[in-house]
Amino acid sequence: MSSIDLPSTPKPSLTRFVLPIVTGAGALFGLLTGSAMDSPSPGLVIGAVVGAALAYALVSFMPSRRAGRWAAVALFAVIGLLVGGLPGIVAGAAIGGVMGWITYWLSTGDYRNTVPIYYTAPQVLWHNTYLFICGLIFFFLIAPIVTILPLSFNAEMFFTFTPKMLALDPEGYSLRHYRDFFSNPDWQQALANSVKIAPLATLLSVSFGTLAAIGLSQEHVPFRRPIMAILISPMIVPLIISAAGMYFFYSRIGLQGTYWGVVLAHAALGIPFVIITVTATLVGFDRSLTRAAANMGADPVTTFFRIQMPLILPGVISGGLFAFITSFDEVVVVLFVGSAGQKTLPWQMFTGLREQISPTILAVAAILVAISICLLTVVEMLRRRSERLRGMSPA
Amino acid sequence: MRRMTTLLATSALAVTASATFAQEMADSMTLVSWGGAYQASQRNAYAEPYKEMHPGLEVVWDESSNEAVAKLRAMNEAGNVTWDLVDVVASDAMRLCDEGLAMEYDPDELLAPAPDGTPASEDFGDLIVSDCFIPQIVYSTTFGYRTDMVGDTPPDDICDVFDLEAYPGKRSLEKRPINNMEWALLCSGVAKEDIYDVLETEEGQNQAFAKLDTIKDQVIWWSAGADTPQLLADGEVVMGSTYNGRLFSVIEEQDQPVAMLWDAQVFDLDGWIIPAGLPADRLARVKDFVKFATDTQRLADQAAYISYGPARQSSAPLVGEHAELGIDMAPHMPTDPDNAQNTFLYNYEWWADYRDDLDAKFQAWLAKG
Repeated sequence: MSSIDLPSTPKPSLTRFVLPIVTGAGALFGLLTGSAMDSPSPGLVIGAVVGAALAYALVSFMPSRRAGRWAAVALFAVIGLLVGGLPGIVAGAAIGGVMGWITYWLSTGDYRNTVPIYYTAPQVLWHNTYLFICGLIFFFLIAPIVTILPLSFNAEMFFTFTPKMLALDPEGYSLRHYRDFFSNPDWQQALANSVKIAPLATLLSVSFGTLAAIGLSQEHVPFRRPIMAILISPMIVPLIISAAGMYFFYSRIGLQGTYWGVVLAHAALGIPFVIITVTATLVGFDRSLTRAAANMGADPVTTFFRIQMPLILPGVISGGLFAFITSFDEVVVVLFVGSAGQKTLPWQMFTGLREQISPTILAVAAILVAISICLLTVVEMLRRRSERLRGMSPA
Repeated sequence: MRRMTTLLATSALAVTASATFAQEMADSMTLVSWGGAYQASQRNAYAEPYKEMHPGLEVVWDESSNEAVAKLRAMNEAGNVTWDLVDVVASDAMRLCDEGLAMEYDPDELLAPAPDGTPASEDFGDLIVSDCFIPQIVYSTTFGYRTDMVGDTPPDDICDVFDLEAYPGKRSLEKRPINNMEWALLCSGVAKEDIYDVLETEEGQNQAFAKLDTIKDQVIWWSAGADTPQLLADGEVVMGSTYNGRLFSVIEEQDQPVAMLWDAQVFDLDGWIIPAGLPADRLARVKDFVKFATDTQRLADQAAYISYGPARQSSAPLVGEHAELGIDMAPHMPTDPDNAQNTFLYNYEWWADYRDDLDAKFQAWLAKG
């Protein structure tokens, strides 16, 4: 905002606006807490009363936002302690934080801050509902992953939040499943196989995929669309069909159950990702640059590595990343094309889940999530760096 | 000249003979099993000792017993059998034998006799239920219940599973008609010896489904042996059926508040089959391994790691203590006299005839509201 004084919006009414909404939020939390303790109706009523009281108290007597929110957190943490002991404090503090935030967000008129001043009430309502829905989608995407992280530290042999874990008792947690992963020869062999197969499959996918994408982007190549369709078909054809087909074909030519068979199969699955990302990057590539290079005496190979490759590198890298993750996560094709000697991590997880339901799978999943996050972060940082170096603004 | 021919013929014979006796054995072997604790027991009791006797031998494990029939069919079709020895339940062994995918064998030639000289065919006795089946263990499908969810009167009768008033709560049953139909009929008043006669009739099948209907909305259906242990540990079900070895692991090794309900347990057999048409060197290796792995001591050793009964009569007296917990294993065996007061034996012939039909009816019944 500038120094111009805008007409401030009137403060929202406490009794007709803030109080009902905060009461509703309190009722919702009360209902959830009550359900967890098998008494939803009293929970609902108590939650509504506490919510209303909190909103009234904060708006009327606590003009300082920071102090008010801390007060709410402290109040709810104490309630949590009384209701549910040690873990109750954490849950209570979280609920208190949310309640305090909602109260001030509504009472100070902040909820209109992100929308243009001329928006009508229904438009503001829709805008905030929209943000809420986005948040929910995000939650549904993330929640399953977040749930497995604490479960992987379970001290028991089951996929269960034990009472000890819920009470935040250190005895309920252990690293035994991580130890099992690093000491069990089955898991170690699976890890070694995955690490041996994925990079080579990625290398093949990236080489072939990049070449194919460059070739298919040339105007003079005949039948470009049909060829493209065939090359990306592994992405569209159901995996189980590709896998069964590969199984019989590879058996005939003696590749079934061999290391190279799995590498080739995974490379075939990875190629479409590389083709698509590289083709997308090539759209923005200026062909006159290659002609200029040729004009200055560079042969096609030099031109490719010195001029074209650096410019399309972001596409190649992200395609390669997808190819790597495809190979690293793939379970259907390897079950068909591989034999027990090529057992990869996903294969081991799959059989482990079916036969044993061992939390070691969760430990492995947590490690894989961490690796994926690191990989994606590194690639994103590389991409921004290269764009900065080339004077482009990060997208 | 004649002497020359004779000499040649003799030496040729000698060469052939020595080739058959000192058959080259393959230096790697792919064993197929069920994974988990069961595979670990096989590894500890005989695969590792065998490897120590034969340094340089590579043993690869494939946890594919669950889909062994389908995979062996595909391998056979593709002309590329990569498995050397496959662990399957008896009914699967029969199917594979009928389809010619498993090798028929002579027990007294392939398997070691008991220490007192009893030939293998007598030592295993009736448990060799198919010409291709090399029995290893007797296991049972039975119930476990949460001791903290059944009040003061723990269930001791199979029909308690159908008693929602005395034992309210969810129960887990296997998602197939086998065992469930027998238990349902038994608990709707059919005498044990009449069960299969009744089950052959349409009315009998309807009677079984009607009994299952009474608990249908309280049943969680499982398809993997690990499901019921997980559900019991979660407290999601008050009782559930699964393999007795899984329950042993939940109770003794994982220390969960669960106890066994042995009444009307159903015995079944598990063992090896050798895929048909193996190359000579791999076949020689497998035969050598099987002779070792199914001898009296090895089968008794296996019981130190898992509570399944050895298939040889001569192994039973040798069953000792659990390898880690040091508890006596005999009372945990399904074949222990205390546990085996009321048992069924999986009726292979009957189910071979009626399985397809009842599977279809069972699936239709499941889908119905």
